Amino acid sequence: MAKALFNQPSPLETKVISQRFVLEGSETLDVYLANDGFKAFLKAKEMTPEAIIEEVKTSGLRGRGGAGFPTGMKWSFVPRNHPKPRVIVVNADESEPGCCKDRLLIEYDPHQLIEGILIASLAVDSHVGYIYVRGEYRYLITKMERAIEEAYKRGYLGDNVAGTGWKFDLTVHTGAGAYECGEETALLDSLEGKRGVPRMKPPFPAVAGAWGMPTLLNNVETYSSVPAIIRDGGAAYAAHGTPKNGGTRLLCLSGHVNKPGVYEIPLGYPMMKAINDLGGGMRGGKKLKAVVPGGSSCPVLTAPECDIPMDYDSLAKAGSMLGAGGMVVLDEDTDMVGFALRVMRFYQHESCGWCIPCREGTTWLRKILQRFYDGHGRKEDIPMIGELSKNMLGRTFCALGDAAAMPTISIIEKFRDEFERYLERTTVAV
Amino acid sequence: MTFSPQLEERFAKLLTRYPAGRERSAVIPMLMYAQDEVGSITKELIDEVAKRCKVTPLQVDEVVGYYSMLHRKPMGKFHVQVCTNISCLLVGGEQLYNHAKKTLGIGHREVTPDGQFSLEEVECMGACCWAPAVEINYDFHHQVTPEKLDQLLDGLRKAQ
Amino acid sequence: MAEQIKLTIDGKEIQAEKGALLIEVARQNGIEVPAFCYHEGYSLKAACRMCLVEIEKTPKLQVGCTTPVADGMVVHTDSDIVKRARKGTLEFLLTNHPLDCPVCDKGGECELQDMVFRYGAGESRHVERKVHTEEKQWSPVVFFDAPRCILCYRCVRACDEGMGVNALGIGNRGVIAEIVPNHHDHLECDECGACIDICPVGALTSGSYRYQTRPWEMEHVGTICTHCADGCKTTLGVRNDKILRGNNRDRSGINNEFLCVKGRYAFDFVEHEERLQSPMIKTANGHEPISWAKALDIVANKFSETTLKSGKFGVIGSNHATNEENYFLAKFARQGLNTKNIDHRRSGDLATLFDALSGKNDALATTTDLYNAKAVLVIGADLAQQHPFLSFQIRANYRHHQAHIYTVTTGPVREDNQAVSSLRVQEGCELAGVQSLADKLKAEGDLVIVFGDAIQGDTLRKLVAFGDSLGIPVKYVGLVDDSNSRGAFDMGLVPRDGGLSAGQMLAATDLDVLYVVGENPLKNASLGSKNAFLVVQDLFMTETAKQADIVFPAASAYEKNGTVTNVCGEVQKLKSAAKVMGTKTDLEIVGLIAKEMGLNLGIWLPEKVLEEIRNTVHGYNVPLPVLATGGAPQTAPLNGRVAALPGTVKSANDTLFTSGSLTPYSKILNEVMESPGQLYSSGKGQQ
Repeated sequence: MAKALFNQPSPLETKVISQRFVLEGSETLDVYLANDGFKAFLKAKEMTPEAIIEEVKTSGLRGRGGAGFPTGMKWSFVPRNHPKPRVIVVNADESEPGCCKDRLLIEYDPHQLIEGILIASLAVDSHVGYIYVRGEYRYLITKMERAIEEAYKRGYLGDNVAGTGWKFDLTVHTGAGAYECGEETALLDSLEGKRGVPRMKPPFPAVAGAWGMPTLLNNVETYSSVPAIIRDGGAAYAAHGTPKNGGTRLLCLSGHVNKPGVYEIPLGYPMMKAINDLGGGMRGGKKLKAVVPGGSSCPVLTAPECDIPMDYDSLAKAGSMLGAGGMVVLDEDTDMVGFALRVMRFYQHESCGWCIPCREGTTWLRKILQRFYDGHGRKEDIPMIGELSKNMLGRTFCALGDAAAMPTISIIEKFRDEFERYLERTTVAV
Repeated sequence: MTFSPQLEERFAKLLTRYPAGRERSAVIPMLMYAQDEVGSITKELIDEVAKRCKVTPLQVDEVVGYYSMLHRKPMGKFHVQVCTNISCLLVGGEQLYNHAKKTLGIGHREVTPDGQFSLEEVECMGACCWAPAVEINYDFHHQVTPEKLDQLLDGLRKAQ
Repeated sequence: MAEQIKLTIDGKEIQAEKGALLIEVARQNGIEVPAFCYHEGYSLKAACRMCLVEIEKTPKLQVGCTTPVADGMVVHTDSDIVKRARKGTLEFLLTNHPLDCPVCDKGGECELQDMVFRYGAGESRHVERKVHTEEKQWSPVVFFDAPRCILCYRCVRACDEGMGVNALGIGNRGVIAEIVPNHHDHLECDECGACIDICPVGALTSGSYRYQTRPWEMEHVGTICTHCADGCKTTLGVRNDKILRGNNRDRSGINNEFLCVKGRYAFDFVEHEERLQSPMIKTANGHEPISWAKALDIVANKFSETTLKSGKFGVIGSNHATNEENYFLAKFARQGLNTKNIDHRRSGDLATLFDALSGKNDALATTTDLYNAKAVLVIGADLAQQHPFLSFQIRANYRHHQAHIYTVTTGPVREDNQAVSSLRVQEGCELAGVQSLADKLKAEGDLVIVFGDAIQGDTLRKLVAFGDSLGIPVKYVGLVDDSNSRGAFDMGLVPRDGGLSAGQMLAATDLDVLYVVGENPLKNASLGSKNAFLVVQDLFMTETAKQADIVFPAASAYEKNGTVTNVCGEVQKLKSAAKVMGTKTDLEIVGLIAKEMGLNLGIWLPEKVLEEIRNTVHGYNVPLPVLATGGAPQTAPLNGRVAALPGTVKSANDTLFTSGSLTPYSKILNEVMESPGQLYSSGKGQQ
């Protein structure tokens, strides 16, 4: 009998980092070792750090946490000859609404993540790492800790990794409920036992990160992609995607589709194909209204705008972002005012409060949208929602202000008529 | 303040996992795990964590106020967290939350009089593709319908 | 000099140091870049987003407070996009800020008010309900009104970085984030009030000042704090001859914006109900008021009579009186009373220090030296308690220049938190501890040694010899207790040429007259000469005044003009801020007694006496324009052999919350007194 998964895999997928998900006992070291496990690490151990980084660059891998920064380049920024020890940090704070892929990578293939971390440790000459997992994922922390314990016991972590003499210690660190900690510098402050408030850059984490030490910080999916890249070569990985947008990624397809789920697809996969084929089409045969392409912070695309390949560059050209892979599909019945309100409620709840425009802007916008939603909207609120969002955009300390502003601006601009229709049912004037 | 032997063991190990002199890093994990045992973040617990992590109680207090999973008041034995963020919203998350409010007779961050259940409307918990989702304590439940939620709660009540 | 670059701000070509902060460069060139969170000297937060400027070739607006200037940079601070950004941020700020300006203490000197006036919108578009929480009282002097707080984090930094106390933090998250005190619902701290003064809005207000006045109704008088010897400038807010507040928000004076609890609040002794307002005479029924004429007549007669019969005088001067008063008193004693029995309560061994340093130039450190020195050694003193400004300077030096701090003390001190080496020694073993640091100290570029009364006499000579042996430039600060202890010594209130020390005067059994000006020697001692005629000038009925035959009501330092010399030998001007009916300054009282005795000691106006001091007291020829403009020129003390003085020196070991005989008369000091006000107990340093 097939293993019970969160969602059934699709034949349309290109399985690279999720290939072991279906295997019974995929979370165990034995299954991992029996299925190419640690081949890449042993290969990397024979390579120079420069060669490892070059291979990652060749793969075209870009950060899977949302920002999409070229991974190989990021690795090259960490000074290996720095007097302070280098630290590896894994961002497993997956909190962007619409995203739930890192969960699967930890749950189904924790040793792949460990191997990816170990290869990174060779590249930046680091001997200590931390996996920062959001507090809500406690059961995953337990699973990850179990995998780490197994790796220690079997000699795949500790003083003599895979018999190579390489030393590496890995620890799981829990968060406690704060979206902001997904921002890399806020995560570092949180790792240091402080409020998860973003830091000023420069210095960048690569130079002064955790405890002031040079720090390599990547998302779970990014590290998990590395073993395949080293094992099969960067070029083979890159070949999965389109030029400049190499490889595969996990797409979190949710919302009004028949078959929501996490699917591994090559970059450049057509968005409409994702909806109609991977996702089995619109639920209830409804018409598509809009798509949030990469998580709630990305500007929404209207149905006509969705006829694009899903890669970093195409989405940027369409005025949105590939983000962290959280694609939310909205059907024709979706109330965009309510949707905008829910998005703003989220960012208002998660604003750390550090800077004025984000703290006060999200709060004000939430109140206006709530009032609007409750039927007390005013005509002048509509342009004001856009204007206030733009007063946050690009002016806040970190990207959370932008994350709140961008979807809001896109909704108010693209679905203005829905807001106007709300005015017709305004009950009490304010 | 002392904790269960298992927790003491976890804390002892935890303090060895960060660079020397960086005990402060253990503050959040300690609070999270201690909260499960103590029931909430008490003043006594703050002082204890401060002592163990070599920071001032104020530095711990600042952290407690920041993170939404740290509670200064005890939640129910079963803390029912219903997600209403976008992916859940689109497939009935809000109706599910309203149903939970009605069934449990409590609102956001409230506790039933018998202390068994508490309810919280939470932000995205990472179950978007299997929405709507509910997390009870640390257990995820996917594609939850009002009926499924009733069954879940009944099961927990009966397990008493 | 650092590399110079050229940039353009608002079309103006400007030369600046490479890497300097854009906001500073703009301000130095007369271009205002508004900011709430930026505060010179403290860490950068980039939180308020008010200082956003447009930099050509940069896609987004940049914060001026963290952007270093670079060659060829073209900056616009007044473009439409910048103006819109400022207006937008202010609009955001006002959404939850209560517009209770009419009843807010800060109204009239509020930075938010000023910014909205200059850059804000005339109308509010916000129609939603504001976030509101109740005001909280954190200590007798600190109130916090969270809704008014704009979260600029200045208070947190002033407390943490400036004071080294870390009593303030940030609680909650997002729009309900607020400043929180270190003990959950209240503060246990230095109660210095720095957080209140640095607050740009009315979020933090002072228990002693709130709801007393509108700021524009006050006159602001800059004078020198009368408590410890550090000589901080305090700006007294005065309305109708009543002092309502002390602060140093204009950052003038040697202390920049630093003030401790005493400088900020402990002016209230001035108004204490027990203040003497009439001369008193001892009668069978206790002390009774008499007229000035009568009192002066009795004292002048007694003094003249005693002089005529070559009787024995003892004169004890004040650690709080001005240089002019002490100089005039010494002159009066020597020339008018023909006595050498002159002294004051000596709290540091300045005589031995000056003697040991004879032949060396520039061997005494200024308060600025403490900020600039590469290394500072603190011996036998808890500076945070006893000399809070010196402590502040050392912390600032560490923060800005990473100075190496060494402490050799009997217990934990705040400087330990910054120290490269902290030695705990038994009392009396300080010098041995210092000597053990020789190798480390030799490696420093230069050194300032700050020492308390544990180092005196021979030990002090050995310390100076040790300093000489290091082979690096060494400067010294010999700690003394009070606002003009140093001046009292310099003005000659010492038993030279065989005169009696204060202790000897008290022990003598044959004194005819003991004349005590602003001192309380009988607090814990008795007078050996049972029949001596005792004259006391003071603010209150001290233990000494209670035994006096005649008591004159004296004016306090806040009620007079003149100069004082701080612990580092820096001379500064006092400016009269208040008046208390019935009192006279010590200078005037001594002058009137002299006049009554028919003596001609010259005019006793402060300016005239200062002129005489500048001409006759070695090292006091300080430039008048510097003094007049609020500067603090350092005196150059006698550079030659100084005769040893009889008696020993002893510090009163006052803490932050005590101030010698003034302690009981300051209600604020008595209200805020709490555990941190203990010596050698403040080793709370966790990061």
